[in-house]
Amino acid sequence: MGASYGKLMMWFFLLSDAFTFSALLITYGLVRSSHHAYSGAVEAFKFSTEYWPIPERVYESIPFFYGLEAPLVFVGIMTFILIMSSVTMVLAVEAGHRMDRPAVEKWMLWTILGGIAFLSCQAWEWTHFIHGAHEGRSVAEGTTFFGANLIQNQYGPSDFADFFFFITGFHGFHVFSGVCFNFLIYYNTVTGVYERRGHYEMVEKVGLYWHFVDLVWVFVFTFFYLV
Amino acid sequence: MSYSEETPQVTVLPPNKEKIKQLWTVAGILGIITAIEFVIAFTMNHGPLKTSIFVALTIVKAAYIVGEFMHLRYEVKVLFWSILIPIIFIAWMLVAFVYEGMAISTVR
Repeated sequence: MGASYGKLMMWFFLLSDAFTFSALLITYGLVRSSHHAYSGAVEAFKFSTEYWPIPERVYESIPFFYGLEAPLVFVGIMTFILIMSSVTMVLAVEAGHRMDRPAVEKWMLWTILGGIAFLSCQAWEWTHFIHGAHEGRSVAEGTTFFGANLIQNQYGPSDFADFFFFITGFHGFHVFSGVCFNFLIYYNTVTGVYERRGHYEMVEKVGLYWHFVDLVWVFVFTFFYLV
Repeated sequence: MSYSEETPQVTVLPPNKEKIKQLWTVAGILGIITAIEFVIAFTMNHGPLKTSIFVALTIVKAAYIVGEFMHLRYEVKVLFWSILIPIIFIAWMLVAFVYEGMAISTVR
């Protein structure tokens, strides 16, 4: 087919992975559209299990600025980090084509750093989501519930938090695997494995995986945080 | 592994300035589209129009990532189409399931 076996198989793996992620995101779409949508003003929004929460009122915190309302700013930063690490990855691939080992090492390090930064952001976001903030939500027994678990959450219907955990968790695990692969590639580059082999195609293959992780985030960002 | 043998001579080529510039352009486009999405998120009311704009912008971003970063645009045509055609199933799944979801909401 004019492409190497390894690259071809990576492409088909990514296609199957795309189906998995689509299934998750589309199930989210099904469940969300089967719930009532909130139809009032954004300022008057209150958390309730009656309707699906609007994202800009759920994700509005950033680290170190407690109580400051900054809707979607933090996920914006995360998106930016992941796009940048995709760019450094593609620069590593370009350096690999030129057999430029120091450049591959440099760009792989930046890519790994970007991946770790993204995972750290996600760890903070999960912590914040689980512990909850603001006013919480009154529950039937007359107490207030804060945060989220798989049974109930302060933001809306229990499905909402379940999808948050499953979809961002599945994506986060992909990022984690990607960081591990990237480190392996970095290690092999430093020890000169690819230089002796005569080509840097492994950088390209793992690069495909890393871009795919970025691609999935683009969709998660839209369907989970924007719509 | 034995390191006694001579490391093969490698010729390092100079950076491909044009290619690198093109990659940064793509990165810039992705950044700008994300910025536009942000503006829309806070200036428009929720509704079908807003959702369709977001979906359209997301597809543009996806096309740039897959086409340029993942290099699919420059691969052989057979590979290009064997990746692209199965995406039809995803589109169909999306339409069918969201339609179903809306039907459920009317009986709830």
